[in-house]
Amino acid sequence: MTNNKKRYVLNLAAVILLFVVFKLLMGSGIIDSYYEGILILVGINIILATSLNMTTGFLGELTLGHAGFMAVGAYASAIFTMNTNMQISDTLILLISLLIGGIIAGICGFVVGVPALRLRGDYLGIITLGFGEIIRVILVNLDITGGALGLRGIMPYSNFTNIYWIMAIIVMIIFSLMNSRHGRSIISIRENEIASEAVGINTSFYKIFTFVLSAFFAGIAGGLFAHYMMVLDPKKFNFMFSIEILVMVVLGGMGSITGSIIAAIILTFLPELLRGLSDYRLLIYALLLLVMMLFRPKGLLGTKEFSLFGRRSKEDVKTSGLGGEE
Amino acid sequence: MAILEAKNIGIQFGGLKAVDKFNLEIFENEIVGLIGPNGAGKTTTFNMLTGVYQPTSGDIFVEEESILGLKPNQTVSKGLARTFQNIRLFGELSVIDNIKIAFQKNMSYSILSGILKTPKYWTEERIADQKARELLDIFDMEHLAGVTAKNLPYGRQRKLEIARALATDPKVLMLDEPAAGMNPQETRELMDTISFIKDKFDVSILLIEHDMNLVMGICERIVVLNYGVLLAQGTPEEIRNNPQVIKAYLGE
Amino acid sequence: MEKFIQQLINGLHVGSIYALIALGYTMVYGIIQLINFAHGDILMIGAFSAYFLIGSGIPIWLVIIISVLLCVLVGVIIEKFAYKPLREAPRISALITAIAVSLFLENLFMVLFKPDPRPFPQTWDIPSLNIGGLQIEGITIVTIVISVILMIALEIFVNKTKNGKAMKATSQDAQASTLMGININKTISVTFAIGSGLAAVGGILYSMAYPLIDPYMGMMPGLKAFVAAVLGGIGIIPGAMLGGVVMGIAESMTKSYISSQLSDAVVFGILIIVLLVKPSGIFGKNTREKV
Repeated sequence: MTNNKKRYVLNLAAVILLFVVFKLLMGSGIIDSYYEGILILVGINIILATSLNMTTGFLGELTLGHAGFMAVGAYASAIFTMNTNMQISDTLILLISLLIGGIIAGICGFVVGVPALRLRGDYLGIITLGFGEIIRVILVNLDITGGALGLRGIMPYSNFTNIYWIMAIIVMIIFSLMNSRHGRSIISIRENEIASEAVGINTSFYKIFTFVLSAFFAGIAGGLFAHYMMVLDPKKFNFMFSIEILVMVVLGGMGSITGSIIAAIILTFLPELLRGLSDYRLLIYALLLLVMMLFRPKGLLGTKEFSLFGRRSKEDVKTSGLGGEE
Repeated sequence: MAILEAKNIGIQFGGLKAVDKFNLEIFENEIVGLIGPNGAGKTTTFNMLTGVYQPTSGDIFVEEESILGLKPNQTVSKGLARTFQNIRLFGELSVIDNIKIAFQKNMSYSILSGILKTPKYWTEERIADQKARELLDIFDMEHLAGVTAKNLPYGRQRKLEIARALATDPKVLMLDEPAAGMNPQETRELMDTISFIKDKFDVSILLIEHDMNLVMGICERIVVLNYGVLLAQGTPEEIRNNPQVIKAYLGE
Repeated sequence: MEKFIQQLINGLHVGSIYALIALGYTMVYGIIQLINFAHGDILMIGAFSAYFLIGSGIPIWLVIIISVLLCVLVGVIIEKFAYKPLREAPRISALITAIAVSLFLENLFMVLFKPDPRPFPQTWDIPSLNIGGLQIEGITIVTIVISVILMIALEIFVNKTKNGKAMKATSQDAQASTLMGININKTISVTFAIGSGLAAVGGILYSMAYPLIDPYMGMMPGLKAFVAAVLGGIGIIPGAMLGGVVMGIAESMTKSYISSQLSDAVVFGILIIVLLVKPSGIFGKNTREKV
């Protein structure tokens, strides 16, 4: 147990160190504003992938509409900051707007979570897909969202610093949650729902809870995205974007948070690296995805977690609830 | 006073009466066998008692309190625990996690406390870990704590499922064909285990079983179901000599 | 009233195209439980093939036959190289693979033929029909007639022929079918072949109704056809037909009476409501996991 506590402290230290390194590299110009922009998108994608991993990886329910939750959060928080005249610091306004975006997205997560009590597997996947499409269509048709032209003139409140820390906090929350009795309960539903109920777990509660929290985080990611891009185009949040996030989760390994992070980093950088190939970019992306799935169908890490501080002791890996053998 | 009591319970699927006017009483610290030919409604009865199905008539009591309408996870908190005919473990998780998941009753730290890793989290997790290992030790499986459940040999998987049910701290432990797929040697071991559980954990045990050696060997009372209705009940001796039971099992 | 009937006919027109595409989804899902996301792109390949063949002056009936054969080939090859190796893998990996295949096909065509939409030639000149004040376009009649014939043929195939019965049996219980001597690999190939062939016809008919084709054209009709398959009860052939028609009518009614912008939302809304009321679709059987 003391080992466990130590690991949390070490992880926190690593997160702070990494931030300092990034800041130094940016200050000295080694990371220019172009790469800073990509890093910002990496941060947002990490939030999206790890939060989707909650429902699809840990709870085991296929979700094909994560971009929908993100869109709700993005529009809600942007509309808030565009219409508020509170005289407080930008960061505070951003935080309030993220909270608002997250909560409204969370409410949508609740609406989608309720069918999850009745439906499983692909059927639920289709419901979430339909839900995501409905959100997109509504965004195109409302006046307050700027319609098909998109929402313009959003304040640039997001920056590397606040995105980095919010991302770090969300990842830590998800990791810590999954390493608690509540996380174990969520995982047990994936493993065997009937057995889970038979040992006293309130599966309905945990399903809804997971959907709401996952949507809440996606909404926050949306809010950060809105205040970084300064323009929201409803087309961005289409079905293919949900799929892109899902690909990150599957590629990293369902139920592996570090896997999602690594996959989010790779899949955000990859298109940039392939930019020189212009038209062939997406073709190569598709081929790589295909090859990856054929050779590592369980993703990069399976359900394992990657650790910087040596391999965890064998016992720990297996008892963490996140571990387990392939 | 009966710990678990079913009064006139019945259930219909479409037009078919799977179980009808069935009565059952389980008293403190006894082993009761529920037997009957295939399709007699034994597992359906388990499902009604544990809230998986809601009976269409009758009532079910745990210590004189009705549990009708409760969901399976709620019947667990009333003191009913069960295993399944086709083993249902959390296959990808470790043996010890399988047990810890069943410790809900003994753990009360909140979601927030779990995220923030408060002292309460560490204390409860430590106790849970310790208790889970003790429980595994009783079943001679402590050395397997870190093994992925689905990699256990069959007999151990059965044992783990029973251990997991016991982790919920039940008043009545319900075993659905615990000896299915076991060889005679394993079955004998299982009989010892069941008797041992009864004494060690101070529970009542209700078991469905086709292995007559096991049923006659350890049950104090036997209840016979046939075509969804109660055919007979009594001591193993009485059941063995009951002409109706013999007829139901052997046909005319 | 006239407007209503007109919209009903329009709905039947587009609905029967959805139904043709939905059949491919439903048959593949029934047999290997895979949402074949690349199915919509087969439709696109059929449309492009027809576009070039018509351009080279080949008669329309031959165009259709060649396009169908091409799509059958593509469908079977995709199954062999992309899906077969993943039959034992987690289902979500197979799903991602299907998405990768879809992306691959779309971008391959984009590289080969550029993303700009091309006008689909209107070669098939069929006189329109006048009943009372109602004008039914020729292409509408042709589409509905072809769809109905193909669906009847499919029903006969599935229920009367050996291969068809093997398909049905495999979708019921793949393991038992193997024990009964059914060649699973062949059955799966046949399923992909038929599905792809129907998608080719669907693609050509779709291009005649909406005469602009581009490499991404398969996405939306593909998605809607899949929704139609789910609506009818996935894995069930008559369900896909009904689902397609329901989708088509719902779409055309929404477009004319509510808002053409909102039609997609209404269609998905209907799907969600149907699934919540009847979780396994209109024709689906409710099966609960046995405890």
